[in-house]
Amino acid sequence: MTTIISGNAVRDVDARADGNGMWLAPNDFEAVTGFELKPEGFCRDAMCIPIPPNRAGEFQRGGAINISRFAELTRRPWVGSEAGDVWALEEPADARNDALQSLEAPEFELPDVDGTMHRLSDYRGRKVLLASWASW
Amino acid sequence: MWQALYEELQGKRFTVIAVALESRGPITARPWIERAKPTYPCLIDVDHSIARQYNMINVPQAVWIDEDGRIVRPTESAGVTEGFRKMNPTTYEMPKKEIEEGAAARGRYLDAIRDWVAHGASSKFALAAADAQRHTPQFTDDIARAHATFRLGRYLIEIGRRDEGLRTLEAATRLDPDSWSIWRQMADLDTIGKSGGPEFWARVHALGSKHYYAPIDMPGEPER
Repeated sequence: MTTIISGNAVRDVDARADGNGMWLAPNDFEAVTGFELKPEGFCRDAMCIPIPPNRAGEFQRGGAINISRFAELTRRPWVGSEAGDVWALEEPADARNDALQSLEAPEFELPDVDGTMHRLSDYRGRKVLLASWASW
Repeated sequence: MWQALYEELQGKRFTVIAVALESRGPITARPWIERAKPTYPCLIDVDHSIARQYNMINVPQAVWIDEDGRIVRPTESAGVTEGFRKMNPTTYEMPKKEIEEGAAARGRYLDAIRDWVAHGASSKFALAAADAQRHTPQFTDDIARAHATFRLGRYLIEIGRRDEGLRTLEAATRLDPDSWSIWRQMADLDTIGKSGGPEFWARVHALGSKHYYAPIDMPGEPER
């Protein structure tokens, strides 16, 4: 069992690792990355990222999808534990920059100290000062 | 920290959302929140997701978001100075000049918020789109990888793999050495208090002439 941290979730998946990276079943790949592998390439919403020509075998084999190659292709950070059993997949720097450059405040959902969840969008209609703090 | 301002302005369609970048979770944040008795939302961000989404690297940093969910001032230092660097690390005494400048900086920042709440987009403190874009801190590949590495390290500690988790967090600090939130959270997860101890002061000292808090670029701010 391999644990993958991505988006807002931590998921356990069946994964196979070999010299070329980590292979996931398509449904696990889609759950973890938000992308579906179609003939056009890796697709999310209206956007598809094509697989480089002649390299299809690096990305897909017998139905399984190589998340390591996907991460490399899309410049997503893909960081693993020392034993290779826990991994974190992050959004690429370009995507984060595009999101902030759009000036649409990224949505979040976090609990208060009593466990009640609050979304930024709950406060639409008010000006918001979003301020970080810490006990450290 | 913001309670007085919130009480003053809350009738004017304004709120503070305070987010604790606190990997130790509500148990650690709760005493601070109960002492402050805020009536605005105080949220607990165990995974530093706000830092990741808004490219924050320290506390306190803040973002101004208007009624339509648009950023009018992106992530920046929130009314603080670097006066603490002149603090005596054993007595915690700060020179009078630094105390006064700190209070003045905070006053200017609160006044700027007041002006924005009163005047909205026509406030000189609310940035037009092109200026807001220019003021937005940029992610690099290393910063993005630092966030992934932080998430991994924090999770490893959560599931009991403490030593590896701390090693992983240290790797995150090397990927984004400018992030004080990563370094100080790592130190705190190692030992409570370490985030303000001798290693912290050594790291601050090693900044030399570099800023701990980047100066805020706002009308009325002195050159720093």
